[in-house]
Amino acid sequence: MSRKLLAALLSLTVTLALSLALIDRPLPTEDLPARVGQAMQSSGVAHPVTAVLLNFRSYDTLLEVGVLLIAVVVALALREAQPDGPDRMGLDNPLLRAITAWLMPLMLMVSGYLLWAGSTRPGGAFQAGAVLAACGVLLRLCGTGLSWLEQPWRLRAGLALGPLVFLAAGTATMLAGASFLAYPEPLAGSLILFIELNLMVSIALALISLFRLAPPQSDSPHFADRRRSRRE
Amino acid sequence: MSSALFYAWVGVVLCGLGLFGFILHRHLMRRLLAFNIMGSGSFMILVGLAQDGRGADPVPQALVLTGIVVAVASTALALVILRRWYRVSGESRLPEDV
Amino acid sequence: MTWFDLLLGLTLCLTAVLALSSRELFRAIVMFIVFGLLMALVWVRLEAPDIALAEAAIGAGLTGVLLLDTLGYLRRRFAVVSEEKGERP
Repeated sequence: MSRKLLAALLSLTVTLALSLALIDRPLPTEDLPARVGQAMQSSGVAHPVTAVLLNFRSYDTLLEVGVLLIAVVVALALREAQPDGPDRMGLDNPLLRAITAWLMPLMLMVSGYLLWAGSTRPGGAFQAGAVLAACGVLLRLCGTGLSWLEQPWRLRAGLALGPLVFLAAGTATMLAGASFLAYPEPLAGSLILFIELNLMVSIALALISLFRLAPPQSDSPHFADRRRSRRE
Repeated sequence: MSSALFYAWVGVVLCGLGLFGFILHRHLMRRLLAFNIMGSGSFMILVGLAQDGRGADPVPQALVLTGIVVAVASTALALVILRRWYRVSGESRLPEDV
Repeated sequence: MTWFDLLLGLTLCLTAVLALSSRELFRAIVMFIVFGLLMALVWVRLEAPDIALAEAAIGAGLTGVLLLDTLGYLRRRFAVVSEEKGERP
């Protein structure tokens, strides 16, 4: 009871504080959309959100990919010592397999389109990476598995690809005399697309491996027993 | 009231609800749900307040986009740790809450 | 602000309450997935199609799969743990 009261009091206080902040909001001192609009010419892409993400504030994006990488590293450290057993979720269902075989090329195409569309209209590396990760998760749920990722060095190389390319691009601009991650104007468009391609691979692999690394494996015999006993 | 400001208010309500659930529930998965709802509320405040009466603003939108990806990564990591904890202890809540 | 905004905001709060208060964890997670889909609509209304795309793919899709998978794991483990405990005495 006292816990409920405390929770209600605390959340009401926070809600009130937020409401006060919203009622008494300060006027914006900077017209950010206009400034983005002015700088769009030199950004190399035509979509403002992509320009902000990968050109004006690319440092944030680099750090964000770093956060993803750290999450995967922690999950890797928490992994069970035993090797990856057979997939417990191997629902061997012909219908499921047929539907997956139909859907998979479509999903890969959508992911590629989202990446390509990012430079001119809504889309980009994050959305494309999420769709790609959904492909991987779907494959795993169908029991197909991703044998390509069984070898650890491949997974790790894929995970490091995005941040490494990003860092290399930043360092290259620095060596060329500009500041860190300030792309030269004629090259900016293709450079951003290349960085986005590698980012997409890394983001998708990070999400897939966070899903794969959750420790489920050694329960499979129990699960099989329970299913069998229920059927009989 | 512009619709952006209205959604900022909805975000405030969601933040309050999420915090309430986060303190009240002991089950770790319910806490994770509450935490995510709170996060969505703060994203809505961020974008809604910035766009109040001024139309689309790409800067907070880009911030929220990175925020969503970080949120899903932290949720997935929390679930990995939760499974690990459940495997070790057989409990789905923390020892001080049992 | 239109009637659609009002309805969407209220539904969003309602699904959040249901996701937080459902007695059954499965129902809470399904409500959370619905919440994610409604959030995607909110982002469309806030003129942010980029975030709407990401939210629909990540917030509703991937997070839902992760949560349901963990729920299945907890239930299965719970059955195993209680079996082991039952055999011991």
